[in-house]
Amino acid sequence: MAKVLIFAEPHGTTVKSVTFEILGKAQGHTLEVVAFGNLSSGALQDLAKYGAQKVHTIKGKNLEKYSPEGYSEALHDFISKGNYDYVFAGATSAGKDFFPRLAGMFNSGMASDVVNFLFEGDKWYGTRPLFAGKCLAKVELQGPKPHFITIRPNALGLPASPTSSSPANAEFTHDVASIRAVIKEIVKGASEKLDLTEANIIVSGGRAMGNADNFKILNQLADVIGATVGASRAAVDSGFAPHSMQVGQTGRTVSPSLYIACGISGAIQHLAGMRTSKVIVAINTDKDAPIFTKADYGIVGDLFKVVPVLTQELKNLLGK
Amino acid sequence: MNIFVCIKQVPDTETKVIPTKDGSFIETSSIKWIMNPYDEFAVEQALLIKGTNANFNVTVARVGSIQSSEALRTALAMGADDAILVEGADNLDSYTTAKALKLAIEKSGKKPDLILSGKQAIDSDCLQVPQLLAQMMGLPSVSVVVGFELNGDNLVLKREIEGGALEIYNVATPCLVACGKGLNTPRYASLPGIMKAKKKPLAQHTLTALGISDTDRKVKYSEFRLPPEKPAGKKFDASEEANIGKVVKEVVTFLRNEAKVI
Repeated sequence: MAKVLIFAEPHGTTVKSVTFEILGKAQGHTLEVVAFGNLSSGALQDLAKYGAQKVHTIKGKNLEKYSPEGYSEALHDFISKGNYDYVFAGATSAGKDFFPRLAGMFNSGMASDVVNFLFEGDKWYGTRPLFAGKCLAKVELQGPKPHFITIRPNALGLPASPTSSSPANAEFTHDVASIRAVIKEIVKGASEKLDLTEANIIVSGGRAMGNADNFKILNQLADVIGATVGASRAAVDSGFAPHSMQVGQTGRTVSPSLYIACGISGAIQHLAGMRTSKVIVAINTDKDAPIFTKADYGIVGDLFKVVPVLTQELKNLLGK
Repeated sequence: MNIFVCIKQVPDTETKVIPTKDGSFIETSSIKWIMNPYDEFAVEQALLIKGTNANFNVTVARVGSIQSSEALRTALAMGADDAILVEGADNLDSYTTAKALKLAIEKSGKKPDLILSGKQAIDSDCLQVPQLLAQMMGLPSVSVVVGFELNGDNLVLKREIEGGALEIYNVATPCLVACGKGLNTPRYASLPGIMKAKKKPLAQHTLTALGISDTDRKVKYSEFRLPPEKPAGKKFDASEEANIGKVVKEVVTFLRNEAKVI
């Protein structure tokens, strides 16, 4: 049995859902969770529901807010005392930022943005996309343990019937003497919605949107179904949408349950970034657009006429 | 001020990726290689800083195969002063690459005040090398930087996080900054720039000469394969306005009852 530690990030009244995905997939091994600060009672209940056996919280000087140096230093201290085989995090903004630094402190290997994994005995094997999802490869780690792994949100899925537990709680203290790269301020984004990489539904617009103002019809659709709005590179490069909304090889790689592509022709670098979406709907006037080769449901038609009808239909269905 | 820019050479974004027969990597023989798009922002940022003081030196460093050195030549033509090439394979892991960059920078004899790189390479998509290199060199780092202000030795950096929100960092040099899209608009190399680039110094090392061995590899890849193709989906014609209502109803019904995503 491998000894597994999962780094959890608070999110709303619980922790980010990728934590539960990892707990579900790694069942059968010793599963511990670590987080900074206090976890809410909702988070503790959910961690118990998905089978965490022990929940650690770390507190100390200079750990009140995120910093790559502070989080790495404190976790390095914590992990060094725990004899862990594998340390997981979500491939989130923070996870992607500080996990490489943390792995480097152990001179250990790290697998990034893994979309599936299994254990053979205690040995871990993963699958990860490369070239923005144009191909997949098997990944394994060698050299000194612990080994570090980040998991792409939404890729594993939540376990259908999780094994619950009654985790013990433990506190760990580590004071960080000084931090050089310090966050002075956080400026909120234009959208309060989930990030593209974590969204369950994405509505995306392409060059055919014509201008930034026209994205409001996608926002209206997104509001009805709780989606996050994305954009193709063509739309971003034309100035219709900010880069933070870009889906594709030089933007976000996403795998929502539902991806609705509006006026996107389907350039190879865009398809690479969204092809792992579970269900794809495409709306395009060009019946030969490459996007239709990836779409589960393709609608040949003018997005400006189809999207408002779709929005109304879903509004009726969902009783909004 | 010594500025180092770490760049990678990657397949063009339009490349169709084909795994080799034995699945050990991808076919690289007919690939068009380009400078990693995110690294262009790093090179541009270095040149913008150099624009404020002609005495500043910009060195570009790259680890990879030498079958084509397009990326380094491009950076020199854009205006970098000199280059370092560490000869290695195109599928090294992040740890080996970061260690090679660290050793190559040290070997240059110049003490880095600022190291710039792209936030990620669009081939292996690991997002590890910048942070690993910073850790190995004992430097602070800020990644996914889309706003950059240098006042003397102090930097104010905007890092993009979830939902387009920004973390504003204060950090003093020396440090490492990993650049994201939107930071600046990379310049094109001018014709005189391209001519001058040919005469600029390029130091070349091998991994072995730098003291790197196979035991530095921590991540092993195998079974490269194409993602499974989805079976063809259903297509609906709503090009006639009269059909739109009916088609939308049908698709919504499928989304609810067949795909079960609504």
